[in-house]
Amino acid sequence: MIEGLLPELEVIRKDFPILERTLAGGYPLVYLDSANTSQKPQVVIDTMVDHLERHNANVARAMHQLGAEASEAFEAGRDKVAAFIKAPSRDEVIFTKNASEALNLVANTLAWRGDLQVGEGDEVVITEMEHHSNIVPWQLLTERTGATLRWFGLTDDGRLDLSNIDELITERTKVVSLTWVSNMLGTINPVREIADRAHQVGAIVVVDASQAAPQLPVDVVASGADVLVFTGHKVVGPTGIGVLWGRREVLEQLPPFLGGGEMIETVRMERSTYAGIPHKFEAGTPPIVEAVGLGAAVDYLDHVGMDAIHAHEQAITAYALEGLQTVPGLTVMGPLDAASRGGAISFEIAGVHPHDVAQVLDSRGIAVRAGHHCAKPAHARFGVQSSTRMSSYLYTTPAEIDALVEGLHHTRSYFKLDA
Amino acid sequence: MDLDSLYQEIILDHYKHPHHAGLRDPFEAEVHHVNPTCGDEVTLRVHVADGVVEDVSYDALGCSISQASTSVMTDLLIGKSVDEAMTIHQTFLELMQGKGQVEPDEDVLEDGIAFAGVAKFPARVKCALLSWMAWKDATAQSLDKEKA
Ligand SMILES: Cc1ncc(COP(=O)(O)O)c(C=O)c1O
Repeated sequence: MIEGLLPELEVIRKDFPILERTLAGGYPLVYLDSANTSQKPQVVIDTMVDHLERHNANVARAMHQLGAEASEAFEAGRDKVAAFIKAPSRDEVIFTKNASEALNLVANTLAWRGDLQVGEGDEVVITEMEHHSNIVPWQLLTERTGATLRWFGLTDDGRLDLSNIDELITERTKVVSLTWVSNMLGTINPVREIADRAHQVGAIVVVDASQAAPQLPVDVVASGADVLVFTGHKVVGPTGIGVLWGRREVLEQLPPFLGGGEMIETVRMERSTYAGIPHKFEAGTPPIVEAVGLGAAVDYLDHVGMDAIHAHEQAITAYALEGLQTVPGLTVMGPLDAASRGGAISFEIAGVHPHDVAQVLDSRGIAVRAGHHCAKPAHARFGVQSSTRMSSYLYTTPAEIDALVEGLHHTRSYFKLDA
Repeated sequence: MDLDSLYQEIILDHYKHPHHAGLRDPFEAEVHHVNPTCGDEVTLRVHVADGVVEDVSYDALGCSISQASTSVMTDLLIGKSVDEAMTIHQTFLELMQGKGQVEPDEDVLEDGIAFAGVAKFPARVKCALLSWMAWKDATAQSLDKEKA
């Protein structure tokens, strides 16, 4: 028995109906692509079905019983998310379409007139290990405003190179945006340390917690973030919903993003006044059943316990790192000690392209990701164009890691690498 | 899932020993195409003279399917008239988009028939077509230049 594994792993697996699937050739599904999207427990599926079957109505504007039930369920989703990330106030939790939209919301509204407006001469600092969703919006912001985009580089073992932090974060810095956990390298970044430095110069700190929220206990205040985002589908919730948490003062200083229903206080032809947070940033009919499902999802994770999930991920990651080392010609990118990384491991196998690795694994029912994982600059930093990535979650077993490792040995022999 | 229908020996041979690899002079047009989903890339040059495909040279990064397809393509197209080459291009395209239902014509496609199995793997069709699309683009550019 490996220490740190969830004690009731078999029970947990039963909560996820898809894990019983078999694939072409009768192979049982070995799902190692959870950093891409997580699987959904029965309780999330049932909660969403029940909402659609029994409580469906629009929220906030329907003056009938169903409308009241739907509004209550939707707002309960917000309460659950607020509790999940220890937000000081439920009003600081804004629902978006996904993490990408949340990041774009911040990067767009920072370009517009307001107390936090970014302009010429200002600097925005990101890192070389960001997902494209935390690079492109800042490129757009700095291109539009004449500000300058700068970034932390990476060390050879896949950590942030903080040696020039005092040159990067200066009086000119208005925003520092970084990922908490890298979706490619797995690295867990010292968010608090960087946030403290950023706050010394008066910058706001945006944290992409898309990979952190699924596997680490999140306390938004303790993290040091001013804004923190994540995406519903990676925390065993549905697609179509993301979360933007922001400190009240920051959210109140940002101008509205999209205009429309729900985000207003009153509308006249000349001009409008806006609702307070969170509604100020939620124009139009929101993702209602998705918010209900997300509430059930974070409740489920809280019930299992984020500390226990984190320990499980670390145990599985350590076991996987060990197993991967037995495959000749395999190089892992990112830190090699499980304690400083999350449950995504990208690797290369000399002589086989990641696409081909993933194809052979898929023929044995093993689902991994191949490509650049929306982190092209991080791949370029390590001189590779693409990689294969396995990513585990609370339902991953050591036996699945064994299947992966065996599949990789088989891949090498299929491509006659030892011939 | 029938892996062997995807990874035919011919494909693996071309992957390990690609034909006509490298970028060469002279050329009238050079293009750079990428597959945005996986990041596979090809830089491809064409040299066309008197309506004949004199050379197709390339520098490519990618999986076995995309690399082998590039190699097979250069075998098929170099030395053909532009019109014949366009017909071969069309035939290969139809094979790849045929969802595995199209019977490949060995007289036209030669080693290219090995890609018939790829058509059954929708995620890999783009890999096989990457350099063919690049070639068509480059050839169109070189013909435009000629006219100008
Ligand atoms: C670190 C990171 N940031 C952002 C995203 C974007 O999430 P979404 O596509 O749901 O907006 C992802 C997921 O792909 C991610 O891993």
